[in-house]
Amino acid sequence: MSLFLIAALPFLGAFFPGLLIRAGRDTSAASAGLASFLTFVGLMLHAPAILRGETVQARVDWLPQLGLSVNFYLDGLGFLFATLILGIGLLVILYARFYLSRSDPMGNFYTYLLLFQGAMVGIVTSDNILMLLIFWELTSLSSFLLIGFWKHLPEGRQGARMALTVTGMGGLSMIAGMLILGQIAGSYDISVILQNKDAIQSSELYFPALLLILIGAFTKSAQFPFHFWLPHAMAAPTPVSSYLHSATMVKAGIFLMARLWPVLSGTPEWFYIVTTTGLITMLIGAVIALFKDDLKALLAFSTVSHLGLITMLLGLGTKAAAVAAVFHILNHATFKAALFMTAGIVDHEAHTRDIRRLGGLRHLMPLSFTIALVAGLSMAGIPPFNGFISKEMMLEAAIHSSWMGNPYIIPGLATLAAVFSVAYSLRFIGHTFMGPKRTDYVGTPHDPPAGLWLSPAILTILVVVIGLFSGPIASPLVQAAADAVTGSHPKVYLKLWHGLNSALYMSIAAVVGGTIILAMFTPVSKLWTRAGVPPAKSIFDAITGVVIAGSRFIADRLHDGSITRYAAIMISFTIVISLIAFQGGDMAGPTRELQDTGLLTIVGWVCLVAATLGIVVMHQQRFYALILIGIVGLMVSLGFNYLSAPDLALTQISVEVVTIVLMLLALNFLPKDMPSETSLTTRLRDITIAISGGLGIGALIYALLLRDFTAPSISEFHLANSYKGGGGTNVVNVILVDFRGFDTFGEIIVLGIAALVIYALTEAVLKSNASAYLLNRKPYQQQAGDAHPGMMVVVTRVMMPVALMLAAYIFFRGHNLPGGGFIAGLIAAIALIMQYMASGFGWASERQPFAYHGTIGWGVLIAAATGLGAWFNNVPFLTSDFGYFKLPFLEEFELATAALFDVGVFLAVVGAVLLALKSLARFAWQPGIQSEHAIDINPARDDADMNKKEG
Amino acid sequence: MELLIASAVGILSAAGIYLVLRKRTFPVILGMSLLSYAVNIFLFSTGRLMTGAPPILNKYQDMAYTDPLPQALVLTAIVISFGMTAVIVMVALAAYLSSRDDRIDMIHDQTTGGDSQ
Repeated sequence: MSLFLIAALPFLGAFFPGLLIRAGRDTSAASAGLASFLTFVGLMLHAPAILRGETVQARVDWLPQLGLSVNFYLDGLGFLFATLILGIGLLVILYARFYLSRSDPMGNFYTYLLLFQGAMVGIVTSDNILMLLIFWELTSLSSFLLIGFWKHLPEGRQGARMALTVTGMGGLSMIAGMLILGQIAGSYDISVILQNKDAIQSSELYFPALLLILIGAFTKSAQFPFHFWLPHAMAAPTPVSSYLHSATMVKAGIFLMARLWPVLSGTPEWFYIVTTTGLITMLIGAVIALFKDDLKALLAFSTVSHLGLITMLLGLGTKAAAVAAVFHILNHATFKAALFMTAGIVDHEAHTRDIRRLGGLRHLMPLSFTIALVAGLSMAGIPPFNGFISKEMMLEAAIHSSWMGNPYIIPGLATLAAVFSVAYSLRFIGHTFMGPKRTDYVGTPHDPPAGLWLSPAILTILVVVIGLFSGPIASPLVQAAADAVTGSHPKVYLKLWHGLNSALYMSIAAVVGGTIILAMFTPVSKLWTRAGVPPAKSIFDAITGVVIAGSRFIADRLHDGSITRYAAIMISFTIVISLIAFQGGDMAGPTRELQDTGLLTIVGWVCLVAATLGIVVMHQQRFYALILIGIVGLMVSLGFNYLSAPDLALTQISVEVVTIVLMLLALNFLPKDMPSETSLTTRLRDITIAISGGLGIGALIYALLLRDFTAPSISEFHLANSYKGGGGTNVVNVILVDFRGFDTFGEIIVLGIAALVIYALTEAVLKSNASAYLLNRKPYQQQAGDAHPGMMVVVTRVMMPVALMLAAYIFFRGHNLPGGGFIAGLIAAIALIMQYMASGFGWASERQPFAYHGTIGWGVLIAAATGLGAWFNNVPFLTSDFGYFKLPFLEEFELATAALFDVGVFLAVVGAVLLALKSLARFAWQPGIQSEHAIDINPARDDADMNKKEG
Repeated sequence: MELLIASAVGILSAAGIYLVLRKRTFPVILGMSLLSYAVNIFLFSTGRLMTGAPPILNKYQDMAYTDPLPQALVLTAIVISFGMTAVIVMVALAAYLSSRDDRIDMIHDQTTGGDSQ
């Protein structure tokens, strides 16, 4: 099965449980199980190749220029993790079906679970670090949903938030670290990064990258001092704890350290940071675990401790330690998941997880006891179970390492952690199941139905089998994974009995010590309570409180609700950074001469500047400001015309007309003038900002205008190919409908969306209570005596066919002479707007057979269909075609598919402009203000009226 | 000529920025329109200035043409800025109609008088 499918199947499967929950809980669980199972089978099909030491790859380039590609690869390490994720995932799905109660939304649960599963599989199979980061964040999100699954529990919500905060923060740090790593290696492909050990370790950015990546890994894998979120995540339902918080998600950080082990490890920085963190975590976790009374909290801290163990092994940087780490990943997942499930069973049956209220359960729940016993002894590192072997390997690796030249620290602390590990494991077994039968159980605990014990039982069998037959069973998998971690072929030699060596003596010491501590549990526990450990949650809450207060302080200073203030800050900031950027660059001397200026140009410039300054001075008298902005627009379009841009001049002038109409309509409702309400200081501040901004922009364009292009422009291509390739001599139009047709296609869609937004807003306002105000609005000024002057009505009606003809003319000549769909659309829209203005909204609307939404839609569809038509010609989307035709009595003429595309542009522009203006005009409607007949030129009606009067 | 264009762009931008920093919707809309002009002229000018050389190919003789690419970009920009202006006008109008207030700041305890009752 392709790796793409393996990575995608859990995500696809995530749809089904949520939907199929309506068909019952069994169906929902079965669909989740099926998705997991199929993925698992797909993975197993690759097993022979992986165990032979091959890697499987799948790759699709997306944006290779940016190093973005969708590429997966599967090697031994990824295979080991994927097997754990999918295998334990299957067992958890089975377990959860019987664990969750009838009132829990099981469909949601499985959907979240599969999302999580997909994200995990994605992490372990990604070859691209950017893709890996996305999957990484997805695991944080889906685990947030799963931890907070019981939304009614405050612990669940708080725990979920804490986990998201810590792992999300780590994720951000890791993004930075990974990007640096990718920069150093010159590629975002992990397989390439792994080849560049020397370049990475000699780079001066190695240390920052290492630190940032390790923060990401440590937060995810609950390493000290980020370990505190994991116990709080225990508010999640037990299936989640056993899946995410023992077997998979918390191992993601470890996976990453293992994945990058070949390039990051081996340096003193790596050794001291990773080993020390792992060692501290291992010890602290083990000590705290012993004193936890909640079964799941005990297991959570034990998980912290074991994760520390694996981290320490990876930190040592030797191949033997890496092999031990890989093997312990496998072992820990099996026994810890089984133990969590057992804790869930106890909780389910005895209705409490408090060790102080449990005991003697072995008589009532023999099956659960057996499972807990085997898995618990494996956790303690007792032979012949699998935990023993990897612990021996860990101790062996610890003996051969020294910390700051001291050879006793690492083995000593490791043994101490092992002592506590034995103690809490035995406490888990002893205080829950052993001892006398109690009388105060809630209900009558008994072994659960098969659905609950089957999953932990399977895991327990694995614990025994891997322990007894580690060589034949686990060796190939561990070998493949260790090869991938170390990037070489270390000797993997797993067996139960290594003879009498130091590691064994240390183990024996640990068992003896652990038993002694447990025997003295009551006094030791009192001592522990008296010593008092700062509760992590209050520290976390205090820190987040400070951070929130700090950011609120800054935000309140910057964002006090005054949009003007935001704008001032943003503009000033932009000016300052532009200035800094400008200072940092070199500027070559001018290469172009200043061009001469005629008198007319100066006159135009004076008009433009005077009008602009007039707007600023008179902006409080809004009608004057509007007239002045019309002058500015006119001058701009004249300027375009003068500077060889006839198309722009035509567009600008027609847009100017519709803009002014639009603003006039708006002013009809807005206040016509406004008071001065800013102080002199504010105005001076604004003037300073404005003048600096204006000077900056003006200077920039002035500098640009005096210099030639530093590289040849692509415009040469457009000029050379416009006629040959596009069949038109108006290069601007050919660029719009042909070379850059896709852009134009996007633009007409944007324009259409803008018009639809305006329409929707109008509807919303008219449905709100503002409509009452509109209906009863008094005109601001005395209205004209004749709303629809006869002369204007006649002129506009006569002009309409002429204007439409002009639009058609402009449209058809567009390909070769100034014009085209945009301009023609604007002219046609103006022709129609004139009718609305002269004859009234009601009159014009009645004679308007099409809804403008439809016009926009047809425009976009025609443009799209033209583009798609290119596919039938076996060329890419929007490739145009053209030909020359000759009909009798006519000149030779040209037909181009680009013209059809331009029809789409035309329709979209007409529809959008008219829909926007018509929507605004609807506000003006009041009963009785519109004359029924815009102009009384119908003699028939006059006769009818006369008859009525006479009759 | 270059000086005229550059100064026009500068003045339009300065006026636009000043108006955008006013406290009522309508001057802000005017300011954004002025900024649109400035940006459009700026973009257009990156093709460098030429008179009497429109990019309409002449089949019969070789001649110089001005840069067509900025023109194509600006043409759509003009139309899009109309769409943008229309949306902003509509938002301003809807806000005014529903609150009978055209100030853009959200500070309610700061009474400024004027025509907002």
